[in-house]
Amino acid sequence: MIFDLDGKRAFAYTAAHELDPKKSSVVFVHGAGLDHSSFALQSRYFGYHGRNVIALDLPGHGRSEGPPLPSIEAVADWLSAVLRKLKIEKASIVGHSMGSLVALEFAARHPAQCERIALIAIGYPMKVTEVFLEAARNDDYAAFDMSTIWGHAAQVPLGRDPNPGMWMYGDTLARLERLAPGVLYNDLKACNDYSTGAESAAKVKCPALFILGRRDVMTPPRAAKLLQEKIAGARTVEIAPSGHTLMAEAPDATLDALIGFIS
Amino acid sequence: MAAPKYPGPKFSGPKYPALDTLALHAGQSPDPATGSRAVPIYQTTSYVFRDTEHAASLFNMERAGHVYSRISNPTVAVLEERMAALEGGVGSIATASGQAALHLAIATLMGTGGHIVASTALYGGSHNLLAYTLKRFGIDTTFVNPRNLDEWKSSIKSNTRLLFGETLGNPGLDVLDIPSLSTIAREAKVPLLVDATFTTPVLMKPFELGADLLYHSATKFLGGHGVAIAGVLVDSGRFDWEASGKFETLTSPYAGFHGMDFEEESGTRAFLLRARREGLRDFGACMAPMTAFQILQGIETLHLRMPRHVENTRKVVAFLSKNASVEKVIYPELPDHPDHALAKKLLPHGCGAVFTFEIKGGRPAGKRFIESLRVFSHLANVGDAKSLVIHPATTTHYRMSDEDLKKAGITAGTVRLSIGLEDPQDLIDDLDRALRASAK
Repeated sequence: MIFDLDGKRAFAYTAAHELDPKKSSVVFVHGAGLDHSSFALQSRYFGYHGRNVIALDLPGHGRSEGPPLPSIEAVADWLSAVLRKLKIEKASIVGHSMGSLVALEFAARHPAQCERIALIAIGYPMKVTEVFLEAARNDDYAAFDMSTIWGHAAQVPLGRDPNPGMWMYGDTLARLERLAPGVLYNDLKACNDYSTGAESAAKVKCPALFILGRRDVMTPPRAAKLLQEKIAGARTVEIAPSGHTLMAEAPDATLDALIGFIS
Repeated sequence: MAAPKYPGPKFSGPKYPALDTLALHAGQSPDPATGSRAVPIYQTTSYVFRDTEHAASLFNMERAGHVYSRISNPTVAVLEERMAALEGGVGSIATASGQAALHLAIATLMGTGGHIVASTALYGGSHNLLAYTLKRFGIDTTFVNPRNLDEWKSSIKSNTRLLFGETLGNPGLDVLDIPSLSTIAREAKVPLLVDATFTTPVLMKPFELGADLLYHSATKFLGGHGVAIAGVLVDSGRFDWEASGKFETLTSPYAGFHGMDFEEESGTRAFLLRARREGLRDFGACMAPMTAFQILQGIETLHLRMPRHVENTRKVVAFLSKNASVEKVIYPELPDHPDHALAKKLLPHGCGAVFTFEIKGGRPAGKRFIESLRVFSHLANVGDAKSLVIHPATTTHYRMSDEDLKKAGITAGTVRLSIGLEDPQDLIDDLDRALRASAK
């Protein structure tokens, strides 16, 4: 669905359903350089199981007009404005990687709008290596290569994609190639600069779930430890064979974890 | 950003697996149930659901997995993922034949009222499909000289939905100028589809040159053994269907699948989603698991076979070029081939192993030549490990008019060879003996 927010076009995938104020809502927030389709299977499931689904393209990504927002805090506030615009009083927020920082910050800044948060492939601080940042800053294709190779478990290029007939590396590269110049750098810098994660985690009062991939080299499970300690009552699901892109690498296990948490 | 540079990223650290490794491993991890290292043949039509909820989720694309082997099968999926990895695409669909792959591509992109601009230098079966059969279903094709870029451009109409050619034209080995055609296609907001059968990913990576879609007759070099009819359709995932605005099948709700807007579901996967969920479901030209296994056996040695095919071909071409009974040899590596310069640029690892030559003495000489060969097999196929020979005017292209034959670069004396992996001197001796017989 296309909607206008502050004079800019924004897009949310709703799984071919109209938003219904009587239903509870699940918002999906994608990671750096990605778009709503990174949650294709999971968002579709909730859309066909009695929930409003709002899988967003963040500004400057997918079908949403740019420019991209420069900080995690700015995206969290934009998300708050989106919910007000769509007349969604409260929602569960599912975030992946950069999107998980957005979910965390949203829960701290806008608690009245936040029902619960699922943090997929989160780490804090989410520092990005200088070689990666530098390549993205220069719009060098090497940044796409790094995002692709480090964004998946080591066995992915040789292993089997759970989606029959698809090749995960090729799909990731094709998505990244659709980005406007500077968008990946913007996202990586926002992750790298985010510095209030510990304080925000301490403010989270809603239920929280960590979904972590044991083979994640970008945000390995140990990188979530600080946040896990700060969020009272948070639960964790570790998915053994997955790297950073859990929704694609382990779609069923990720969905099952979300169903257990949200339903 | 600049175009990707195979084989890997420009930084120290982890790299992409090379083509040789992908040819052996991509798409398969050892079977989780048995530990089988070889790809198991899942000879099954269907898959038991865990419960009714699981069944509904699989049908509605909320979970990944297999439902029915016409739509997907674990053995076939290994081949599909492997081909996507070798070509650098987002994914692929294996089909019952190369012709089924071509039909699936076209049927996914357009219906009645659609128009295609295609090279004249096509395999005869592809020409038939476009010139006669699809016309019956309201899809028209304008055929153009593949070397005439202006003709490609001027033939594009408002209802054109596809540009189509072969990486190496059949049988004249016209080298398709993919970078230039890609620019024309992008300007017209239509995709470029190439038949990459003659080149394989070992000799050319069409997506890196700008093609959007490609397919193979996997019956040929990919299999290499000549035991299975098969095709595979690969999508680069790079064409922006939404921005084009010309592909309703991909960018508007489809009543045949719960109102799914395939492009909205996934921009990079839209084409393959529709091709699988509609094309395989409704037309049904799927690949059998045993066939996928057989093609995979071939692909495991593709990177070893193709250089040997090319090496043998170069030796045979050199022999024929100097033979008094031969009028002309048509191979892009020869300086007199019209695409020689383009071939050096686009095909630095070789121009494949299929080529034609014209024998002196016309049809009678051609008949004596073919019937005198002992190592070469006279049959209607190419890309086998065994060397093959055929006379196009009386076989693969026999339905074409003289005028169309001429456009495709074929004469009554044209002989097509597919050079195999035998000892090259044995091949040369066989050809030498047959040429002597043809001159009698």
